[in-house]
Amino acid sequence: MITTQTLIDAGIFTLKTQGDPAKSIKKVFCCDLLSIAMGKAPAESAWVTVMGNRNTLAVASLADISCIVLAEGTAFQDAEIECASQEGIAVFATELPIFDAALKIQELLS
Amino acid sequence: MEEQLIFNYTIPGDDFTRAGEASSSVKNKLKKMGLDSGTIRKVSIAMYEGEINMVIHADGGAITVEISPEKIRMILADTGPGIADIDKAMENGYSTAPEEVRSLGFGAGMGLPNMKKYTDYMNIDSTVGVGTTVTMDVYL
Ligand SMILES: Nc1ncnc2c1ncn2[C@@H]1O[C@H](COP(=O)(O)OP(=O)(O)OP(=O)(O)O)[C@@H](O)[C@H]1O
Ligand SMILES: [Mg+2]
Repeated sequence: MITTQTLIDAGIFTLKTQGDPAKSIKKVFCCDLLSIAMGKAPAESAWVTVMGNRNTLAVASLADISCIVLAEGTAFQDAEIECASQEGIAVFATELPIFDAALKIQELLS
Repeated sequence: MEEQLIFNYTIPGDDFTRAGEASSSVKNKLKKMGLDSGTIRKVSIAMYEGEINMVIHADGGAITVEISPEKIRMILADTGPGIADIDKAMENGYSTAPEEVRSLGFGAGMGLPNMKKYTDYMNIDSTVGVGTTVTMDVYL
């Protein structure tokens, strides 16, 4: 099993805020539509998305998602980063497309 | 144990940056009460979907959360436009969300189905032009 710390150590994405590094990551999930993520993202997952707004964070927090990976160069504003940090949710960013970013996490998982 | 805890929230109508605050507040309260994480997650998901629906579709409303030894009951009442065809609204993928909220990631038409999926009981009482009241229970 890997944790957010594993993802930080792997150095594959840019770390925006580390949240709680001890949170486990059991699966990787991809979707940009919030209510699909809300209904289908497993608890303790890494969520790869290009949807970078406050609502992304609310969904991650309420659905017990461990970390958010913003793909395709998507960025949160400073207020969102601050909020993620308070919620203990790690945020990473990458220029990679969603699939490639998720594949890198999957490689760490298996 | 007979005690029942009641929390009331007013949900502002147009504020997407604050949407979800009531659900987060309830989540934190349930955590402090020591409920198991699976139950908390169900309540959080269902309440958030209802809360955001009030913001998007009904210009806000009021939420009451009642916690008793048997269940957590969420009552979401608004005086918005109402839902003409509840069966249709419950279908996966049905959405009337306007373009500006779709660009924020809403509008998959999965909010009401999520509320159904993550609760043990759900009822929608709605009258066009009067408003909508959604009642949801998660059994403890
Ligand atoms: N409180 C409400 N007042 C009026 N109409 C509502 C309300 N809640 C839901 N609806 C109607 O039911 C439809 C389906 O709701 P649902 O939550 O499933 O999808 P959505 O909100 O459109 O998109 P999302 O997947 O982001 O939740 C809405 O598009 C809207 O037409
Ligand atoms: Mg909805």
